[in-house]
Amino acid sequence: MRQTPVVIEALAVMGLLFAGACPAAAQQPSFDTQILPIFQESCASCHSASRPQAQLRLDSAEGVLKGGKSGPAIVPGNSGASLLYQKIASADAKLRMPPAGAGLRAEQIALIAAWIDSVSRQTAGATRVDYAHNIEPILRASCYGCHSGTQPKSQLRLDIKSTAMRGGIGGAVIVPGSSEKSRLIQRVEGRGGEPRMPFNGTPLAPEQIATLKRWIDEGAEWPESAEARDQAPPKHWAYVKPVKPTPPTVKHAALVRNPIDNFLLARIEQEGLSYSSEASKEKLARRVFLDLTGLPPAPAELDAFLADARPDAYERLVDKLLASQHFGERWARPWLDLARYADSNGYEKDDRRDVWKYRDWVINALNSDMPFDEFTLDQIAGDMLPNATEQQNIATGFHRNTQFNEEGGVDRDESYFEVQVDRVATTGTVWLGSTLGCAQCHNHKFDPFTQRDFYSMMAFFNNVDKRPEENGETPIYIEPVLDMPTPAQKAHREKLDARMKELAEQTQTMTPELKAEQAAWEKSVLDAERRWRPIIPEKMTAAAGTTLTADAQGLIIAGGEMPRNEAYTIECKLPVRAAKGIRLEALPNPKLPRGGPGRDPYGNFNITQIKIEVSDGSGWKPVAVKKLAADTGARSLEQKRGHIWMVDASREDQRLPRQLVLVPEKPIATREARITLVQESEFSCQSVGYFRLSATDDKDPVTVVNVSHSLRALIGKSGRTEDQEKKVSDYFLTVASSLQSARDELKQAKEEKKKLDITSALVMRERPTFDRPYDFIRIRGGFSAKADKVYANVPAILPPLSEDIMPNRLGLARWLVSKDNPLTARVAVNRIWEQYFGHGIVETSEDFGTQGQRPSHPELLDWLAVEFMDRGWSMKAIDRLIVTSTAYRQSSTVTPESQAKDQYNRLLARGPRFRMEAEMVRDTVLAASGLLSSKIGGPSVFPPQPPGIWDMPYNDDVYVESQGEDRYRRGIYTFARRSAPYPTMINFDGPSREQCTVRRTHTNTPLQALNLLNDEASWEAARAMAGRLAKEGGADARSRIDYGYRVATGRHAKPGEMDYLAKYEAEQQEHFNAHPEEAKKVSGDAVTAAWTMVANVLLNLDETITKE
Amino acid sequence: MTDDQRRLLDITRRHFFGQAGFGIGAAALTSLFNPALFGESQGSTDEARAMAPKPPHFPAKCKNVIYLFMAGGPSQLDLFDYKPALTKFDGQPCPEDLIKGERFAFIKGIPKLLGSPHHFEKYGESGAELSVLLPHLSKIVDDVAIVRSLHTTQFNHAPAQIFMNTGHQIPGRPSMGAWVTYGIGSENADLPGFVVMLSGQNQPDGGRSCWGSGFLPSDYQGVEFRRAGDPVLFLSNPDGVTPETRRHSLDALRFLNSAHQTDVGDPEIASRIGAYEMAFKMQTSVPELADISKEPANIHEMYGTTPGKASFANNCLLARRLVERGVRFVQLYHRGWDTHGASNNEDIVNKLARLCRDTDRASAALVADLKQRGLLDSTMVIWGGEFGRTPMNEARGGSKFLGRDHHARAFSMWLAGGGIKPGVTIGRTDEVGYNIAEDPVAVHDLHATALHLMGLEHKRLTYRFQGRDFRLTDVEGEVIKKLLA
Repeated sequence: MRQTPVVIEALAVMGLLFAGACPAAAQQPSFDTQILPIFQESCASCHSASRPQAQLRLDSAEGVLKGGKSGPAIVPGNSGASLLYQKIASADAKLRMPPAGAGLRAEQIALIAAWIDSVSRQTAGATRVDYAHNIEPILRASCYGCHSGTQPKSQLRLDIKSTAMRGGIGGAVIVPGSSEKSRLIQRVEGRGGEPRMPFNGTPLAPEQIATLKRWIDEGAEWPESAEARDQAPPKHWAYVKPVKPTPPTVKHAALVRNPIDNFLLARIEQEGLSYSSEASKEKLARRVFLDLTGLPPAPAELDAFLADARPDAYERLVDKLLASQHFGERWARPWLDLARYADSNGYEKDDRRDVWKYRDWVINALNSDMPFDEFTLDQIAGDMLPNATEQQNIATGFHRNTQFNEEGGVDRDESYFEVQVDRVATTGTVWLGSTLGCAQCHNHKFDPFTQRDFYSMMAFFNNVDKRPEENGETPIYIEPVLDMPTPAQKAHREKLDARMKELAEQTQTMTPELKAEQAAWEKSVLDAERRWRPIIPEKMTAAAGTTLTADAQGLIIAGGEMPRNEAYTIECKLPVRAAKGIRLEALPNPKLPRGGPGRDPYGNFNITQIKIEVSDGSGWKPVAVKKLAADTGARSLEQKRGHIWMVDASREDQRLPRQLVLVPEKPIATREARITLVQESEFSCQSVGYFRLSATDDKDPVTVVNVSHSLRALIGKSGRTEDQEKKVSDYFLTVASSLQSARDELKQAKEEKKKLDITSALVMRERPTFDRPYDFIRIRGGFSAKADKVYANVPAILPPLSEDIMPNRLGLARWLVSKDNPLTARVAVNRIWEQYFGHGIVETSEDFGTQGQRPSHPELLDWLAVEFMDRGWSMKAIDRLIVTSTAYRQSSTVTPESQAKDQYNRLLARGPRFRMEAEMVRDTVLAASGLLSSKIGGPSVFPPQPPGIWDMPYNDDVYVESQGEDRYRRGIYTFARRSAPYPTMINFDGPSREQCTVRRTHTNTPLQALNLLNDEASWEAARAMAGRLAKEGGADARSRIDYGYRVATGRHAKPGEMDYLAKYEAEQQEHFNAHPEEAKKVSGDAVTAAWTMVANVLLNLDETITKE
Repeated sequence: MTDDQRRLLDITRRHFFGQAGFGIGAAALTSLFNPALFGESQGSTDEARAMAPKPPHFPAKCKNVIYLFMAGGPSQLDLFDYKPALTKFDGQPCPEDLIKGERFAFIKGIPKLLGSPHHFEKYGESGAELSVLLPHLSKIVDDVAIVRSLHTTQFNHAPAQIFMNTGHQIPGRPSMGAWVTYGIGSENADLPGFVVMLSGQNQPDGGRSCWGSGFLPSDYQGVEFRRAGDPVLFLSNPDGVTPETRRHSLDALRFLNSAHQTDVGDPEIASRIGAYEMAFKMQTSVPELADISKEPANIHEMYGTTPGKASFANNCLLARRLVERGVRFVQLYHRGWDTHGASNNEDIVNKLARLCRDTDRASAALVADLKQRGLLDSTMVIWGGEFGRTPMNEARGGSKFLGRDHHARAFSMWLAGGGIKPGVTIGRTDEVGYNIAEDPVAVHDLHATALHLMGLEHKRLTYRFQGRDFRLTDVEGEVIKKLLA
């Protein structure tokens, strides 16, 4: 056992001491884990931050030490003389603290006495500097950066006692007993002509140097157990296993429905408050409908409940809702935020991914009340369970929901490392409520997690199957995908595959018949060439000043000026009587840039337009062209993308003669012609540089360009090599007319296969191994800066993996849900609580560490956590407990008194009231309008969205709005594209699902107002609701308004509301009667238009989108 | 209806119809309610409050920022950082020791140095050296500070853009505009405090995370003014709903919501009413703002704008109009500066020239226009991309088009106004522009400097999330003194 010499130099450092940085020896009670909880339970309601009684605060170490109005609360070392002790131990009930009730229990009083006495002992022995508290933090902050790990600078490693004492290249740096002789001190003081340490860093503060000196002078005592502070961790409350407390007694026992009420009410009563009255039946019904199913009650469901006079009508309703298939949809929402579930990969391209089976797995698991331990096991390591089912494999999609960067040029290892970092951080947040992510780069600054812990956790995920792959230019890692065809799809696919194989063979095999056909085809290609006659120019002009020179064969070369845009006009007599084709040949020429056919710096050219005109003496008339074909280059008849023929000749092997053929609608009978080549490229001079025009009367003028130039050189030649022979025959097989039908069928089969649209899921698969998985610590979190090898393990501060657990991913899952884990159950019940009341018992539901908020009701949290485990991790059991408590059933009306005493409703002396989350807003609006589809599960859908939201680089994926039922599905089914999320989701504080999100914020913004007023989805709902009111709401306006209130808010309209809206509706009708054109646009006649406006108002009420 | 409700109704009606028609201010509305109810309310803030101007850490001249984000990585070596040595050694293999152990996005093997195909000249009294591709910038160069020594840690587009905007390479942190509006709010209550506009090809590679609010309340995320359709999503009323019809429905909503508030007492309802009134005001203020047709001809000539046609130039003019109205942070994205030379269409000869034609005139006009209106002193203009480009020709797949790969070690940006020292060039790269030789400026330094000019101490502008105080500059960042006027 290590000794704990502790120094207390001033009261100021006692905070640190008491905050638990030092584990007290067994006989010395720990302030943090033993004393403070007593104070919190019994004293803090009066003696805490806000207006403490007698100015004494007992909610922190500082407060206790400072004392109150009557002076110091404790006399260190003398419990008998301490006022605090006298007060709690007083035999006189009138003087005894806490004032009401039986006072503290005897063992609590004894513990406090022992603690007061131990403060003295600690203080008395407090003359020495303590390594763990005073020295290690300095070394950590200023020296470990270079002097730790396996390759420390100057071979000096300061994070381990043996190496630190041995010293580095220059010998020992610490001489116990003499700071004067210790080089460590020389260097940090910058004496002795050597640069001051930390090298290039912030110098140590004088008091830090003084502390180091004192420590060395006192003998540089370095307890073996304190090599790294991490091994002597403090026990923050959250790292201590919860023990089920006894529910406290309360004054108004009649208000207690279950132990939740004992805990809450006891606290409320301390404040001199009580519960609010019960919410009205209709409000309560709406609240519990929304909480358990995410949907408002339909009028009939509401009526059934209101009519149910049985004393347990409410509990019956709760049970019915817990059994509803919509329960899973509602509760999957927060889980999908945690799982960062999305339908796309994220980052630049943000391609789609097929993952909805995972979403449906979550919904089903929640519906069947899968115990949380099983729920965890399946998602972390379902693939590793014995005889894993398809569903268990799908569940591993949890950690396949990470983002995935496919951008050209990413580093495969870096990108995969980021995926792994996310897996560790998310596991930490979701199950441990801990910010492990901070330890990626350095030991956690506040919480007892080390970098070693981080990478040991990462090692659990390091045996996951992945294979490197070239994806275009980008090397990436591919993880397993589960292919899930239905039996019918599977059979269909097999049939298609077999047929495609046959067809592929047929279209690729030469037969004697085909040989003959090829010979005839080659001849036709050759013949075609012979029927072209060159055009000899009679007159050439260039609009922008280029010089054109022609030779006797009609070959024209451009020179001189290099205008950006140009138009050549060539006048000629056509060399054939009835020209059925006009050809432009562009030829490479060494006089042009890079020896190409074009004039741009690369030798390319671009023709944006070609005009053919003829004249019979009465002026030029354009010739209509019906077809355009070329042997290479991008081309199009209608000047698409600004060109009709663009040729890339930038590479040497591309500098070849090229041909373009224009086919006139009718043979050109007039011989007098003029041809204009226009180049209006936006780039620098891109005109063609060396070219020739020709004409033919062949009936099939495009034959000549059916083969590429390189192939043309081989056509009809004898003595071809085997390779050349193959090249020609391979090409021929792609055009052979006798194979046309086979080729068509093959193409069709391929398309059919694509259309099968077989579902898949992203899953994890473990590689077979007997080794414990390992990974490497990364210096400062850089993916390539590998340091120590670490084996899969759990953070040192938490209970170790037990002997019967294999240290692999499945072991991690088992450990997470082991009953010794102090965090998992607390973190999980806290999140459930948060959904109901708007904030958790620990408000920072994502952080149970020292920087998070302390629980408002620690005993309640522990009670719920243990209850959760005792009830077999049943989430529905906890849901039921909460919604059947008196606390939950309170009215949420805010009174000035409750507002003043407890603005944020932390004590829950009133019911919860807050704006719904994005999905619930959508679902409620659709449900009220009657449009909502009740279909559960299936591929994600595309509700109406304004154009232009999807605009991803290198991805021309188009948002196609769903029609029919899929247009009106619940929000949870809306396609989630990470880089371009659905606007309504984002406007109402939904996350983009790039990272694990525990808590959503609740904002009120004008964008939300515009969204609900004007979005097409909202407007369709208003129109539909107008129809619903007419159909179901009775004959007169007042009953329709009342019905509208019921479907939107779950209650009847009040007379004032009814009066106002009836008048509003009448005014609207009057307006639309006077403006029928407006009415028509809104929804038809004036009556429906007026009701559409009423519905729009009702769907925008604060109450409609609020759970109250 | 209770007496209280009736009274409330009377008061609100009087307010609405007594004041200038429909244009009642949010302030008038909020005054109807007990101001005590508008105390700090955790996790739920009404828009007007979230964006209300807040005092900076210390007095500052710079009030607004217009950030012209040139997504894709403009080639500094062909625009700002003239390297005669590169021209001299054009086509020579890159010295091996320079690239030993380096990682590139696309370059494989030993690349060849690439001299700029564009001419450089000296301009202005400051004698700043610029490529001829920037004829308009050259005319205002004395108002501008050029920084040639920026460096980043990321060399792929999406992470680098996200890093440049949020100080962290993985999506999910608050962006610069979100931090600034979180810190000091915005002057205009009728418009969002942080506006984003896009031009060029697609959205930027980093997606909407580039202007996200991360863990800050979503009030602070950038609001996109869109190139087509409604300038702000859902701004227009549905067909057949006139502003008068909308006003009537908002009156109904206000009445019903106020009545409900009287019943249940929750101050959140008042903030929702405020949000609806603000939405109504945006329906008038935004189209008025977005309509540039009434700008005089000389302004259109100056920027190269065509009303009704989506362009970077139009966005620049809109940015000026936004800043005139007190909008705090305006960010323009123009994507397309990626010039690898893999094809004719994305090289440093043709594409770069075209991008300059698309952006140079309006960027320079913006600075000149702000200056002539006396707004340049209080408005900082930032021009730049997420990283630079290599001194070597990429020659991807043997391509003969001239192009450069991504380069994170050194690149250039320019800044003007808002307390930026005019007419200076800061920083120097080595002979071939590979490494920084003098005055390195990290992305976090740029952030720290921009915040400083806005009166914000970057280490104090923090937000507690998951147990940690986060800031835009993470754990780094130094104010670049040489950039300060």
